[in-house]
Amino acid sequence: MSMLIFEQSQQDRCAAAQQPRDVNVTLDIPAHLLRDDQPFLPQVSELQAVRHYTRLSRRNFSIDTQFYPLGSCTMKYNPRGVHRLAFLDGFLQHHPLSLDVHSQGFMSCAYELQEILKTVTGMKGVSLTPMAGAQGEFAGVAMIRAYHQARGDVARTEILVPDAAHGTNPASAVQCGYKVREIPTDADGNVDIDALRAALGPQTAGIMLTNPSTLGVFEEKIQDIAKMVHQAGGLLYYDGANLNAILGKVRPGDMGFDVMHINLHKTFATPHGGGGPGGGPVAVSERLVPFLPTPMVAKVGDAYRWLTEKDCPQTIGRLSTFMGNAGIVLRAYMYARLLGKDGMHRVAEFATLNANYLLARLKAAGFTPAYPKRRASHEFIITLKQEAKELHISALDVAKRLLDYDFHAPTMYFPLLVPECLLIEPTETESKEAVDAFADALIQVLQEAKTDPAILKNAPHNLPVRRLDEVKAARELDLVYKPVVE
Amino acid sequence: MSSVPKSLKYSNSHEWVRQDEDDLLTVGVTDHAQTMLGDLVYVELPELEGSFETGQEVAVVESVKAAADVYSPVSGEIVEINELLLENPQLINEDPYGKGWLFRIRPFESELKDLLSADEYSKVVASEAH
Amino acid sequence: MPFIPHTKHDVQTMLATIGVDKIDDLFDEIPASLRGASLASIPDGLTEMELTRLMRERAKQDSDLLCFIGAGAYEHHIPAAVWDVTSRGEYLTAYTPYQAEASQGTLQLLYEYQTMMSSLMALDVSNASLYDGASALAEAVLMAARSNKNSKNYRILMPRTVHPHYRDVVRAIVGQQGIEIIEVPFDPRTGTTAVASLQKYANDITALVIPQPNFFGVIEDVDALTNWAHEQKAIAIAVVNPMAMALLKAPGQWGKNGADIACGEGQPLGVPLASGGPYYGFLCCKKEFVRQLPGRIVGRTVDADGKQGFVLTLQAREQHIRRAKATSNICTNQGLLVTASTIYMSLMGPQGLRRTALACYQNAHALRDVLTAIPGVEVVFASPMLHEIVLRLPQSVDTVLSELAKFNIQGGYALNHVYPELGNCVLVCATETKTSADFAKYAEKLQQVLSKSKGVHAAFEKKTLVDCEKGV
Repeated sequence: MSMLIFEQSQQDRCAAAQQPRDVNVTLDIPAHLLRDDQPFLPQVSELQAVRHYTRLSRRNFSIDTQFYPLGSCTMKYNPRGVHRLAFLDGFLQHHPLSLDVHSQGFMSCAYELQEILKTVTGMKGVSLTPMAGAQGEFAGVAMIRAYHQARGDVARTEILVPDAAHGTNPASAVQCGYKVREIPTDADGNVDIDALRAALGPQTAGIMLTNPSTLGVFEEKIQDIAKMVHQAGGLLYYDGANLNAILGKVRPGDMGFDVMHINLHKTFATPHGGGGPGGGPVAVSERLVPFLPTPMVAKVGDAYRWLTEKDCPQTIGRLSTFMGNAGIVLRAYMYARLLGKDGMHRVAEFATLNANYLLARLKAAGFTPAYPKRRASHEFIITLKQEAKELHISALDVAKRLLDYDFHAPTMYFPLLVPECLLIEPTETESKEAVDAFADALIQVLQEAKTDPAILKNAPHNLPVRRLDEVKAARELDLVYKPVVE
Repeated sequence: MSSVPKSLKYSNSHEWVRQDEDDLLTVGVTDHAQTMLGDLVYVELPELEGSFETGQEVAVVESVKAAADVYSPVSGEIVEINELLLENPQLINEDPYGKGWLFRIRPFESELKDLLSADEYSKVVASEAH
Repeated sequence: MPFIPHTKHDVQTMLATIGVDKIDDLFDEIPASLRGASLASIPDGLTEMELTRLMRERAKQDSDLLCFIGAGAYEHHIPAAVWDVTSRGEYLTAYTPYQAEASQGTLQLLYEYQTMMSSLMALDVSNASLYDGASALAEAVLMAARSNKNSKNYRILMPRTVHPHYRDVVRAIVGQQGIEIIEVPFDPRTGTTAVASLQKYANDITALVIPQPNFFGVIEDVDALTNWAHEQKAIAIAVVNPMAMALLKAPGQWGKNGADIACGEGQPLGVPLASGGPYYGFLCCKKEFVRQLPGRIVGRTVDADGKQGFVLTLQAREQHIRRAKATSNICTNQGLLVTASTIYMSLMGPQGLRRTALACYQNAHALRDVLTAIPGVEVVFASPMLHEIVLRLPQSVDTVLSELAKFNIQGGYALNHVYPELGNCVLVCATETKTSADFAKYAEKLQQVLSKSKGVHAAFEKKTLVDCEKGV
């Protein structure tokens, strides 16, 4: 069991060298506005803090220590050099409200990333400010809305979302004031074209899709879908969650999409940080350029300047206090420069190679792909429906047992429409050996399910804690530590 | 197989309805619904005196991994809510047709239309299993 | 190949296992007309050494500046241990802690963070963070709209003393949901929001936003504002600088009953300026609002052996389960920044944080004194302040700041664009990182700029105008 930092705290202990000197000042602030109690913060030495948080870190899985086949999350290697260079003084100490003349270094990187993203997406404009995929989605749908409104086309109240979509898609559409209508998926994992046709109408503002879809297959009729939606007067939103599958090979702009977001923390290898920060730049076709969120970087002669609301009167506005997750933008830019034009398309090629190879190995070992007739994209789904029925084990049990083998679990129970599913994405940065070792582990776990299912049911066994009581956590909320009063 | 008492009426969306002697209706979620949701951790109940249409969202039941809307099986006005559930949502798991009732409603129409009998509801449950 | 470990032999073996001849065959389900995107305009790849050289040059362009800008992002000393430990791969490259057993490090840290942040705000609970301060305020407004059952009209009172960018973000995010944001003017003498000025809006108010210190660096009478909000049955939303809460009364202590929700920018607690991000937003509230609190929340529980452990809880409200009915579309928190902040708060403790706030207070007052000794430089608001102050300059603020920039001095944030009614005003900040030598340098150069440009003022303005025209 790991002690809390508060349990190591003693009144009057402190990390003295790290704190400012004591000052003696008389405050002219009215007494009733001053704090008269001491906030409950730890009082520890520097060594205690460093040891505590270093030890805690060792209770985490991470890309640096484990293989992470998390479908739809693109857990690729995060280059160390990129992280180090983002810590250069000129970037780290730079105030966001500095004058342009003091920001040319950073702005040149942001500008060039905008250009690179335009090229790989086949779009005409890019804004880097959205701070995560979900904010990119919000920005995208808000632009769709602004576009229709600018044309006086105010009767469009509905956004279409396939039933396999990420949960953020419908949530973002609702945040933009739209009603959401779900479109079913056919037996091969494609959008049900007839259902789509029936759903389209003068009330359709747009559709949110990802391609390859969350089912791990390429939407073959994408050009027909684009045509149908455009004919109905709607626009197409591309959820960039799966961009890694096609980076440098196929461009969403060419497929007919009008707006998309790009997850820098997936495709452009910026660190996930235990749940953030992310980066969700948006890219748009010609007709949506005026609505992009501000600020953006423009190049005038040899100099860079910020574009604000004044330059872009039709913008959907500002989404972050400053310019978004600037440090993430910087890291993504550096990663793009390390890849270069040759490296860019290899991302999709080797991500796809790894996924199809892993799928082939698992198929040979008796696992059931959810879409057996289809090619895998950069990820694929296996369903344990059969195993669940015959052996009474669940996808959750398999996932938890994999942790014992020192592999992070794949994405479970998503997409919701495939029962007992594991969504597996190996990414291009994993070696054949790593992919093989994971396949071997999964095959071994399936074997255990047949001979000793209890070992799965009770997994994990080798981690700092065993399965946790989530029901207790939710019923008896304990969100803040309170010391026991003696 | 989950229990489906013969004396109750049901909706397609897994609510049960009991007609009480005072002409009020007591509403809860079925045994099948609570099994599908798993251990419940929270219940959001309607406000007293609130009016609801048939099929309108009236309450929410939450488990660790799911949150489900409860739809009003009739149109009417809420006259009583089961406040015990706020602290003890597990009552729905333990006794869905008894202590786990959600609310009582005064229906606007005396006739109960479009509700299912126990047999009909059992068929709904059976068809979902496929 | 950069970041791709496959040998030729690996590729051949893998293709054979799949049963295809070449990698391109794996893309055969994609219509041929879509394949083969042109990447010609993307530069060739660099080695790490080449990239290092390039980035050093670029960083150098933005280096060695003496910064007196605050306005929502503050330069504080960050102990070396903070980012040394935070940069460990186990924090840096971990995924969201959905697999609790494999994420106890991040989860326990977040629980400790929630404890620290709620205590700093004197409120019951905290989430595990949001994107940044402005988006946290937008989420706080949405939360108030969902929670306040007394209000039918979704009217939010937003003082103009709230950071202008925060107001912009709130408008952009909540504007689509039928919520009305009513801007409240400030008292031009004190730079604060007077309770008397609120009275005319006193009809069905959903929430009142209360900044502390406000955007001008001025201390607001938060007790009176909170009480007024509660008298109107409105929700009191505090938007505060967390560093200041070691010294100033915390939101949960405001007025008779305390603010209901507190939010703000976490950057001052261990996060570098870094051109504006990544930072993190914090969001705390009284426990009766916990079910409306968006974002991730960590709870303490036990494992199958009864041993203490931590999990994400209240997840059923989140988008991946609730989809269109989620409390918010938010899917990330800013885990890494919260990691840094938690370590920072541990190293500072209550004493270090208070000392930092006091040193800021002292420095800002010292800076005020040297700058206002220059003829024509005046304090604008007669109110107590913390570490920022509005000064009026005798000349064009844009020109003065551009001239100071030539000496690598960042003289502050020009207010004339956002608050034209204030005239040539600049918002100046001094944190604990500045010394009296820095103040002297600023004062000397400011004096020089003001006296020099008296003569050439007109000529310079003409030149900037021409530059601007060229630019557009």
